[in-house]
Amino acid sequence: MTRELLLDASGVAKNYGAVAALSNASLAVGAGEIHALMGANGAGKSTLVKILTGAVKHDTGQILIRGKTHRVNSPAEARRSGLVSVYQEPAIIPDLEVADNLRLTETPIEPFRHWVSELGVNDLDLRETARNLPLAVLRVLDLARALAIEPDVLLLDEMTAALPADLAEKVLDVVRRQGTTSRAVIFISHRFLEISALCDRATVLRDGATVGVVDIEEGVEERIVELMLGPAADGPEQPASRTTTPISEQTSAARPRLTVSKLGAGTKLQDVSFELRVGEVLGVVALEGQGQDELFETLSGFRRPSSGTISIDGTEQRFGHPADAIRAGLVYVPSNRVDALLMQRSVRENIALPFCAGSWGPIDMTREAERVGKAIDRLQIDTRAQGQVQRLSGGNQQKVTIARWIATGVDTLLCFDPTRGIDIRTKRQIYALLKELAAHGSSVLVYTSELQEVQLVCDRVVVIFGGRVVDVFPADAADEPTLMRAAYGLPRLAATVAGQPDHAPA
Amino acid sequence: MSQIDTTAPPIGLRIRRLVRDQPLIPLIILLIGLVIILEILRPGIVNERWIANTIKFAIPLAILASCQTLTMLTGGIDLSVGIIATVSAFVMATQVTTYDPAIAIAISLIPALVIGLANGIGAGLFRVHPLIMTLGTSLIATGGLQVYQRTVLATGSAIPDSLAWLGTGRTHCIPNSLVLFIPLAALIILGLRRTGFGRLLYAIGDNENAARLSGVHSWKVIVALYVLSGFLAGIAGLVYVGLIKAPSLSLAVPLLLPSVAAAVIGGTSIFGGRGGYAGTIVGALILTVLTTLLTVLQVPEGARRILFGLIILGVTAAHVRLTEDS
Amino acid sequence: MNASFTRFLRSNGWSIGLFGLLGVLLVFTKLIQPSYGSSGVGALANAALPFAFATAAQAIVVIAGGIDLSIASMMAVSSVTAAVLMDGASEQSAIFVVIFVLLLGLTMGAINGTLIVLTRVPDIVVTLAMLFVWEGVALLILKAPGGAAAEWLKGLIVGTVGIPGIPTTITDWIPKALVLLAVAIGIVWIPVRRSRLGFSIYAIGSDALAAFRSGVAVGRTRVAAYALAGLFAAMGGLVLTMSTGIGAPIPGPYLLASVAAVVLGGVALGGGKGGLLGPILAVFILRLVRTDLTFLSVDPNITTVIEGIIMVGVVILGGLVALRARRT
Repeated sequence: MTRELLLDASGVAKNYGAVAALSNASLAVGAGEIHALMGANGAGKSTLVKILTGAVKHDTGQILIRGKTHRVNSPAEARRSGLVSVYQEPAIIPDLEVADNLRLTETPIEPFRHWVSELGVNDLDLRETARNLPLAVLRVLDLARALAIEPDVLLLDEMTAALPADLAEKVLDVVRRQGTTSRAVIFISHRFLEISALCDRATVLRDGATVGVVDIEEGVEERIVELMLGPAADGPEQPASRTTTPISEQTSAARPRLTVSKLGAGTKLQDVSFELRVGEVLGVVALEGQGQDELFETLSGFRRPSSGTISIDGTEQRFGHPADAIRAGLVYVPSNRVDALLMQRSVRENIALPFCAGSWGPIDMTREAERVGKAIDRLQIDTRAQGQVQRLSGGNQQKVTIARWIATGVDTLLCFDPTRGIDIRTKRQIYALLKELAAHGSSVLVYTSELQEVQLVCDRVVVIFGGRVVDVFPADAADEPTLMRAAYGLPRLAATVAGQPDHAPA
Repeated sequence: MSQIDTTAPPIGLRIRRLVRDQPLIPLIILLIGLVIILEILRPGIVNERWIANTIKFAIPLAILASCQTLTMLTGGIDLSVGIIATVSAFVMATQVTTYDPAIAIAISLIPALVIGLANGIGAGLFRVHPLIMTLGTSLIATGGLQVYQRTVLATGSAIPDSLAWLGTGRTHCIPNSLVLFIPLAALIILGLRRTGFGRLLYAIGDNENAARLSGVHSWKVIVALYVLSGFLAGIAGLVYVGLIKAPSLSLAVPLLLPSVAAAVIGGTSIFGGRGGYAGTIVGALILTVLTTLLTVLQVPEGARRILFGLIILGVTAAHVRLTEDS
Repeated sequence: MNASFTRFLRSNGWSIGLFGLLGVLLVFTKLIQPSYGSSGVGALANAALPFAFATAAQAIVVIAGGIDLSIASMMAVSSVTAAVLMDGASEQSAIFVVIFVLLLGLTMGAINGTLIVLTRVPDIVVTLAMLFVWEGVALLILKAPGGAAAEWLKGLIVGTVGIPGIPTTITDWIPKALVLLAVAIGIVWIPVRRSRLGFSIYAIGSDALAAFRSGVAVGRTRVAAYALAGLFAAMGGLVLTMSTGIGAPIPGPYLLASVAAVVLGGVALGGGKGGLLGPILAVFILRLVRTDLTFLSVDPNITTVIEGIIMVGVVILGGLVALRARRT
């Protein structure tokens, strides 16, 4: 590797308050190199991208482009200093014509046209309003615009997501040819197939730090998965041994409570089917943006499915409003506590909210206090800061969102990443609570971005990739490497080549 | 979102938190301060009579400001309360010449409820911004009132004794309007804290998404809220006409801006989710004393409006800063 | 060629429809009032003039994704300022007054925009507060209607334009007020619309994040949009003084009318869409409806009610459209 380094970032750190999003990230990309940036959910990828593109400023560390310091305040400044990014959401103004969008970014027309046709969009009319073009075309236009500027460093974030196979092929082809120019390409993707076909090297992030730079070669997937997981003993807790989870055996024959069949919603959730049994904790594992958000929104009544059915105890359900789902016994705990809590109100008001939804009249204050008190005790919520929920710690806030449904009584709990960003002690309490609920006959569906949680909480786990269920494991078979491989759409290790899932990206 | 700070907050922050948690204390201090300034400027002006008068004038304002408090708790606002109060007062004063006062009062509240319902449907069902919606209905109501006036030109108008007693009368130096106002205020304060409906107002204003997640159909709450707001505005109009004793086509319209200002000063957040009626009552008293003070100082009407506008903007901007810092 | 024609229809369909509606209303007016003619059109243009400027002001802000409730108050400030400054001043100095008032409008709008960007308080709250502030300023400048206007200024909107070589039977149908409106708005809007600022205004209303990523200075563009709105509001205030010869400190009914005309004119309340032509056509339609109601000898007060209902109906319709757009 004696290539000239176009981008050289080292020791980059960024704190949000007390939380370190990046502690020590480095990324070095040479001219003519296509470089994959990888990391599990929350490893710091998106923060690093934001720093490179000027959306946020880093606290410490050094970023050089062609040897010059790169410290920018906006994507426009980043572009001027030689780095152009193509985002998952195209940065194209929907209500302006394509030509006006080009004028806005001062993009030369002829190179743009050249790249558009290279990328396989032939009949583009520059006077068309962007809103009238399909999303896939907009993403291609965004890429063509970036290429037309001829940047030193091109950053592609999940470039092939939401692209039909033929366009994706053309895009990969064009990106591959960038490798023969003097340009550097940073390629962010969840798809190993693309990365191995395209990239020269990969930088792997874990917990906000760069943990390895590897050359892409045969069998490198294993090495990358290892790097993303970290040393085995590094996990915060030892997986519980099988003897402590007798529930899984009990429930293997239990009747299904929630049956999801061929469910689709939006562009991401394609075709998901599974059963959630009575007394079971069922885990859902997926990389970011594989349709899990849509799945939970649909189950909780926030969004209508575009295909498929949801049944509870054998009866098909249609939810027009979360109230319908609640009536059917499905309650939802979203990952972002800000979405679920009345931040300016008290713990008590937050927990009692579902009751108020049902009855507008006078509140029986003693009865409410009793119910709320019970739920608070059961979750051991620290209520020293009673006044406003926004002053509780993250863990206690999360407990409040769950306590709300404990106080109401719960058949089926839908938890979306309930332990994201909270302390270990609270995590343990929440694990224990979910298992206890299941033991008392409730059913729990829990999406988690922390793979080591699966064996601690779940009885079974379904893995979703590209909007489809790609695998189902019993908890004792679902160790981290297995789940990570499955989440990346890789076949099971034990399986032969014939076991290759047919839904791997084209 | 903001991070939870674990270190001990500096003193400045602690004072700001006190102001945020106990908004009534600084408000009452401000009120007393204003009264003292007034007494210094005009020695002898503050006496029992003056206090009773101030309360009498503050009450219709406080009732109108209750409409703003309730709607602002959900993140809305009701700009039609001025004209609703005027319509109710005018209809009552003209109907009372043909009907019994009780019936005339009942008739006069019908348009108030209808306008409130229209506001609620527009804001709750069609999701038109409440500010635009209530502005629109107030335009319609203004026209409607003029049409109505032409139909009753011959009947003349009167103020029933009961309303005059309520609006202007005093019993042992205590304004009679307190007979109505104290139970009403207690009902609003308790209703906000101890009924499901009151809680839902806060919930919708704080986080409509969270309310939805808990199974709340917010449009129903919004419709009921604006009907209630219309009703309260109608009551305010009746009390006010008992005080002013001269129904006109713009009777309570000048109270609109102060009603918004009273709620904002009283610590109710214009973004919703925070506040209460007790602060609003003090806010109404502050504005009434402030008006006297500005009159004593011979501040022109224009400057008064500028001041009120800046108060609304300043308090709101301060609120944004406060919530972002914590 | 064909494709560009259909695209022209698609992007201007709403304005073409409004033109059609205006034509139908004019025919209807002629039917119910056979004497309606060029003088009627002249009166319509005069009545529509202040509304048109208020609407143009509102439209720019709405396109940029905001709303300005203080437009009528800024018009009042401009109107009284012009009337007071021209009172007793020479005819020639009026031109300086006009320039000063236009700059004043620009400044007031820029203050609105700056406050929104700096305080981070929602635009609707800031401009509500500023509505009262500008109203107060107008009252401080002039307590009661008064002042004066230069004769030549008043003359600018009275009568019709005479163009040498064109028979008066045609020029009779072109009121000066209409020409003034077209010139005043065109001279500002056309260059802006074609500049980077114009794209940026549409961009921040359409998708603020994409605009930021495309290199638009979002805050500065927002301030510019409000400043332009202030400029048009000042023009509106000037024509008020020109048509009445005095300045009035109490704001007219321009706020809700401007919002309704903007919505009816095809500018989505979410921002990013539409132009100024549609809203201005909508102003003429709404004014003509009022004229027709008068011809039908409807009580003028009922006319106000009907007008209000139409406006609220239009805004509700706009809300419905926005709601459906959000769902899809």
